[in-house]
Amino acid sequence: MTHPPYLHPDYRGTTLRAPARDLVPVPYDPETVELTGPVYGSTDVDPAESDLTRGHAGEPLGERIIVTGQVLDRAGRPVPDALVEIWQANSAGRYVHSGDRHPAPLDPNFTGAGRCLTDAAGRYRFVTIKPGAYPWRNHANAWRPAHIHFSLFGRAFTQRLVTQMYFPGDPLFAFDPIFQSIPDVKAREQLIAGFDLATTEPEWALGYVWDIVLDAVPFEEQ
Amino acid sequence: MPTPSQTVGPFFHYALPYEGGPETVPPGTPGAIVLHGRVLDGAGDPVPDALVEIWHPDAGFGRCPTGADGEYRFTTARAPYLAVLVFARGLLKPVATRAYLAPDPADPLLAAVDPARRDTLVAAVAGPGEYRFDVHLQGERETVFLAY
Ligand SMILES: [Fe+2]
Repeated sequence: MTHPPYLHPDYRGTTLRAPARDLVPVPYDPETVELTGPVYGSTDVDPAESDLTRGHAGEPLGERIIVTGQVLDRAGRPVPDALVEIWQANSAGRYVHSGDRHPAPLDPNFTGAGRCLTDAAGRYRFVTIKPGAYPWRNHANAWRPAHIHFSLFGRAFTQRLVTQMYFPGDPLFAFDPIFQSIPDVKAREQLIAGFDLATTEPEWALGYVWDIVLDAVPFEEQ
Repeated sequence: MPTPSQTVGPFFHYALPYEGGPETVPPGTPGAIVLHGRVLDGAGDPVPDALVEIWHPDAGFGRCPTGADGEYRFTTARAPYLAVLVFARGLLKPVATRAYLAPDPADPLLAAVDPARRDTLVAAVAGPGEYRFDVHLQGERETVFLAY
């Protein structure tokens, strides 16, 4: 089982929100609504939205990075025209959100939200800055490893995915109940991007590669 | 192996909601309906930081964050049912359900569900062209959630 369970008591927020009853499997037939989903096209997304370092008066503080990868289905086929939405903290670990009480500075040159559509080969690419780790109140001295939140639409509602991308070698992995909620170690490691020198651009930005595999679409040829 | 899900967290509000997200058809469209309701936790308290998405090919896609009272509100088109996903802090993966506007007892999902829990999938008529659909994440009235 690749996905975390609903109830993971180490992550306190799950205790009153995790459903306790068994899930009911959708009785699929070819007309089942969840086998379809919203379709996006190039007119829906401005290519400038994939560069989170632009659109402000100046350059954001922090380590400039490129995050790119392929969106694939379980059969390994690329998923083109997938809408990819991301959001993240700034380099100091602070979100542009009224609920974020972390006493770290906001960056007037960084909002931290971006979108793009995958190309014909299922590829996405963002330019951003490396987010900082940040504290939260789950337990004493709780810190989230640096991460970028990702939201994806595939071909069908069954493929809808919201997840988080992490950075290699983060010392906080062992202490993070959200990362640790994924029971299978190999599945967990799928959330960690790889540093990639070929993606890295000289004198400009470090490159990370992270491929994303979406759930199956029943009735589709696998 | 599919990429595992992680929680949407509490800080998505400046990224995921968008103008017009709660309106899958323009307000005033003939035949448009309003679907609203609350997301509630196992203690019966409102979930003020959830994101609700609805989808039906005839109705379109909608996205609405819940407010302080746990309430969401869509303007959408009539369909036999809407597929519903709820994301929130504390949900490591979304909950999936359906809001039936016109429940047909022969519907394969409704037929498969324990009759005592079937009404958790049915949106209540709240007025002309207005439906109410509460999502109970947990507890005695826990909504029937689906495995995709
Ligand atoms: Fe976060």
